[in-house]
This record gives sequence, structure tokens and C-alpha cells, in this order.
Amino acid sequence: MPTEPPGADPLAPLVGAHTVAFPGGYTRSTGPVIGRFLTELRDGRLVGVRAASGRVLFPPTEYDPRDGSPVTDDFPEVGPAGTVQAWCWVPDPRPAHPFDRPFAWATVLFDGADTALLHALDMGPDAGADPPRGLRAGLRVRPRLRPAGERTGSITDIACLRPEVTAIRDTGRLDYTIRADAALTRYLEAQTEGRIIGSRARSGAVYVPPRDLDPADGTPVTGDVELPPTGTLTTFSVNHVPDPRAPQVPFVTGYVRLDGADVDLLALVSGVDPERVRPGMRLRAEWLPPEERSRTRPSIRWFVPDEGAEAGTGEAP
Amino acid sequence: MSRAAAVIGVGQTHHRSRRTDVSIPGLVREAALRALEDAGLGFADIDAVVLGKAPDLFEGVAMPDLFLADALGARGKPLLRVHTAGSVGGSTAIAAAQHVRSGAFGRVLALAWEKQSESNATWALTVGQPFSASLVVGAGGYFAPFIRAYIERSKAPEHVGWEVAAKDRRNALLNPYAHLRMPGITPEAVAASSMLWEPLRYLETCPSSDGACAIVLASEEAARAAPGPPAWIRGAAVRSEPIAFAGRDAVDPRAGRDCAADVYAQAGVDDPRRGIDAAEVYVPFSWYEPMWLENLGFAGPGQGWRLTDGGATALDGDTPWNPSGGVLSTNPVGASGMIRFAEAAQQVRGRAGGHQVEGARTALGHAYGAGSQFFAMWIVGSERP
Repeated sequence: MPTEPPGADPLAPLVGAHTVAFPGGYTRSTGPVIGRFLTELRDGRLVGVRAASGRVLFPPTEYDPRDGSPVTDDFPEVGPAGTVQAWCWVPDPRPAHPFDRPFAWATVLFDGADTALLHALDMGPDAGADPPRGLRAGLRVRPRLRPAGERTGSITDIACLRPEVTAIRDTGRLDYTIRADAALTRYLEAQTEGRIIGSRARSGAVYVPPRDLDPADGTPVTGDVELPPTGTLTTFSVNHVPDPRAPQVPFVTGYVRLDGADVDLLALVSGVDPERVRPGMRLRAEWLPPEERSRTRPSIRWFVPDEGAEAGTGEAP
Repeated sequence: MSRAAAVIGVGQTHHRSRRTDVSIPGLVREAALRALEDAGLGFADIDAVVLGKAPDLFEGVAMPDLFLADALGARGKPLLRVHTAGSVGGSTAIAAAQHVRSGAFGRVLALAWEKQSESNATWALTVGQPFSASLVVGAGGYFAPFIRAYIERSKAPEHVGWEVAAKDRRNALLNPYAHLRMPGITPEAVAASSMLWEPLRYLETCPSSDGACAIVLASEEAARAAPGPPAWIRGAAVRSEPIAFAGRDAVDPRAGRDCAADVYAQAGVDDPRRGIDAAEVYVPFSWYEPMWLENLGFAGPGQGWRLTDGGATALDGDTPWNPSGGVLSTNPVGASGMIRFAEAAQQVRGRAGGHQVEGARTALGHAYGAGSQFFAMWIVGSERP
């Protein structure tokens, strides 16, 4: 019987919770058809029943719901896989629901059956408030049965449905030790001192970054040369595609022909509105402050317009 | 020239963003079995298999040739893997053709594939290295400056890029295997799409696709016994060059020019615009059509864009380029080159279906890769050379 807590307001309406439950629960006779279904389910098998029309009803009923005619005593196995026909996403489960995280109710037509089963569909622990993209009519699913020793012959012997396996995650990786070659090491070391070095090939061509071999013919270079931090923009692109490894968009990448070099250096171009960048612009290197320089990476932060250059060279005709 | 060789079977997958319905072996078998069926053969009839794909980082499968040997019926047979970046589909077809032309093999299966949905192409093409800064994002980030240089050099109006993008997507609607289907696509719609790597807009770039393509190459004897019409190899050439060297022209690479000159000489083509009835050319970004029109000698320097602008490269133009929809419509990278070669073969076999160039007797297949460094081309004809 409901009782009032001590000290309750004597003038408030009298309100109390009340439960009516038959002790131990009602006894339901299953009858031969539902009983067969639940017995097979306890053994881990999904069976439907064949109607007089030939249709397989799953879950079975004792009569064909279309016309009330008796069903046969043929209990064909269905599934184990089925196809989602319709679904309803439950972003905020109620206490009586089979999950305490978002899931779907789905009607599923099991292979070999002509009618659908309604059950809970588990789309995984990462599913959020919005229905997952993979949840759609046509999704192939299978039941997750409770362990054999825990099954009792109840529809909840099917703990839930879950999608078939269609992809696996391969987290293989390769770990390398990278050793910079001699020319790159000299190039990066010189940059920590604010110097740019290139190398001169036998043909006379000057490469920057320096190379130990001329890529045009494979011959060893004759030695290093020092280059000025100034040059001309050959061509460029304004990048609008964000990438975690790149600067914030938009950013300008350009090919800079350093004065005295015969190949272009790929570099960021900054200090100028991307709209005003033009091929032929004069540029100069802007260095990282000495305390930020390291021989493990280039010490040129980017190139900026060379204010000392003659006026107008940066403009389009 | 060595012995004659011909294409007697062609097969490709239905290309999509995500072929999550099949595994990698399932994907390649789909193309291989179609090609074998076209050739009236089974795996048992094949003497050797040549397989190509682009960087292994795309799927994280090292040595895909070993992984796929059984799936391609290569057990107990010579199996060779080819890798020349984006041109690999073309070089793979050529390597297979040379197997036949050597006289050592009668029937060779060539197959190329990519399953881009297993990772992300921009990631795979932008993996940084220690001791350097990551300045380029994806293939578009690499090519955009050279496209700008072409535009500056040729003074081409910007709508030319939009026209190529719209034309290839219109052609793709005629090709049941094509990935992108954009009914009603117009240059205006391309111009309205977002800017990615200036001057390249979203709809001027190729998609990422899952797909595979297979070709059965045969000796003259085997080609005579084939159920369908053969496409005879009239010429085949590959060239390469380093990504940077003094004097390099990255807009109009010498390797491409030399490769074209070689393949034209083999095929007896003096003027490609007149001598080639249909061309399937690797155009992953719209502007590469006018750029390659010049590099391949279809137009003089600075004149390529005029051909595009005048409609010459449309399906009903005087020199149709990419009647299949091209790389701009379908891009399983490793397979993209082989699709060009296969589509060229289908044109001269009269098997191109809705995108058939009427009466095509000579066709060019072209592919390029990496920083415009690797080139592969073949010319196929309906007549035995």
C-alpha cells in the first residue's frame, strides 16, 4: 500500500505509485505452432511455418493472417540472414528497451520467409543521435543469439540483429628509419645559418636543393654553390583544399626560380593577397627566427614579395 | 617490328566510388572474367598474366601480384607486376603486348585495378617525408601550377577547362561502365563548382573510383581463332623522365613528345589529327586535354585549346577525344590507363556501344603518370599491320 513520507504537506493531493502484477507472471500456453518456434529458437534455429498458400510465415502464426486458413505442419528453417525492410531510429532509448544506447527497431525479412520479424537492430557502439549512414532498407542483417545455456525459448533469445560483416579494418603499418642523403644534409645545415646552397652539374646547370648526381644524365655534380635568397615566381597555385599537414587555406604554393639556379624550388608564398600573386613576381626567402631553425627541416618559412625589387614587376600586364 | 599482336578480349567493372560489394580479388575477377568471356577463353587458355596498379599505399597491399595470383588464374604461369604510377594501366597493356610480340606467349591476360575506397587518394599521394615540408595536397595540388603555366603561355580563355569537363561527362552518359553520371552537365555548372586548387575547380577534377580493367592479348594465330573482331597493335611505346631537371618543361614534357613520335612512326601516322579516328587520352584534370593535344601533336604550340573550344574533340568532332567519358568520369587510378587502351581497342573493334565513333579504324590509347613523368601509348587498328 502506498504510504506518505513523514512531514508531507497535509493539504496536497494524495498521490502514490501502484503496481499490479500476478505473482510469478502469467502462464501462457504456446500451442503447437508458437511452441515449435520457441523450442527451435532455444536450440538456435529459426523456423517459420508454411501456410496453405505455400507462403512461409516467420515468425509463425497458427493461421494465415491473410485469410484465416490453418497453417500446415511444415516448419522450414529460414535465415539466418535477412534484409531490412523498414526501420525506426531510437536515439534516446527508454528503460525497457534492449539497449541503453541508440539503436533501431527494424522489420526484417529473413531469407526463405514471406513475412517480416520486428526486432532491435544494433548498429554498433559508435552510433549517435542520427541514424548511421549504413542503416537503410536492403541492409543485410543476422541475429545475435544469446548463448545456448542462457536461452529459454523466448523472442529475446535473439538478443538483437546486427549487420552482416562487409568490411574489416586493416591497421597494418610500416615503420622506417629515414637517413637524409649527403646533399640534403648539407642543404638543411646551411639553412640553419641562413644560407641557401645548390650544386653545379657538369653541364653547368645549378640545382637547388643540391644534388650529388645530375638527374638529367646521372653524372656526379662538380660541387656546391651558394645562392641568394631572392628569385622569381615561375608559376603557382592557390590551394583551397584543407589538409591537416598543410597550412590553413587558402595558401599559395609556388615554384620559385632562385637567381642563379636552373630549376625551381617549391615553396609557400606569403605576405601577399593570393589574388595579387602573379608569375614573374620577385620574391625573397623569409627565414624562421634562429632559435626555431633545425637541420631536421627547411629553415625557409616561405617566400614573400621582394620589396627591394623594381616597382610593377609583380603586376599583370 | 616483331610479331603481330592483337586485343581479342576486353572487360571492365562497373566503376563506382565504393565497390564495397566486392573484395579486391572479386573486383579484379569481375573484369578478368568479362575479358575472357569476350575472348571466348578461360583461365586455362592463358599463358601469362601481367598485372598493374598504382601506388601500393592506396590499398595498403604490398606485392598485389602475389596477393592476386590465384584470383587471376596465374598459378603455375609467368606473372609480372608493372608499376609506373598513373600510366601503369597503359604500360601493363604494353608489357602484355610485348609478351605476345616476343613470340614466347600466345595469349596473355593484362589486368589493372584500383580500389580507392580502401583509403584516401589525397592521403596516399601526400604522405610526407622527414626533413621536408608538405607543400602539395594531392595530385591536383601538384598539377595546378603547370595548368596555370599553360594558360599563361597559351592565353587560353578559362571556359576551355569547363568545356572539357562538361564534354567528357556528357560522353560518360553513353558508357554503361562509367562512374560519374551527370545528366544535363554544362560548362556553367562546372564554372559554378567550388575552387579547389586554383585554377582548378571541383568539377574539373577526376573522381576517385573503384574499378578494374582487363585485356586479352593474342598472337596472330590466336587472334584468327577468336570469336570477335581483333584490334591489331599498330604501335606501342613508353617513355619516362625525372620529375625535375634543368631545362625540363613540365607543361609539355619531352617524354610525352618522344613517346608520341615513336608510336606514330610505328603505326605510320603522319598527322595524328587526320590519321587517328578516336583517341582515349589520360585527362584527369580538364586542362590536360588542350595540353596533351599539343604534346601529342594534334595541335601546334599554344593552339590546343582552340580545338577543344571549336568542338573538334567532341564525340561528333573531327578528332573525338575520350568518347568513353575519360578519366574525368572514371578514375580507378591503376586501371585508368588500361581503360584508355581498352576503349581504343573497342573503338576499332566496333564494340564501343553508345560511344562508338562511327567507322573508327585507327585509335590511340594514352596514359601518363606521376609528375607527367611516365608515358605509355598504343595505336590499334582494325586492319592487321
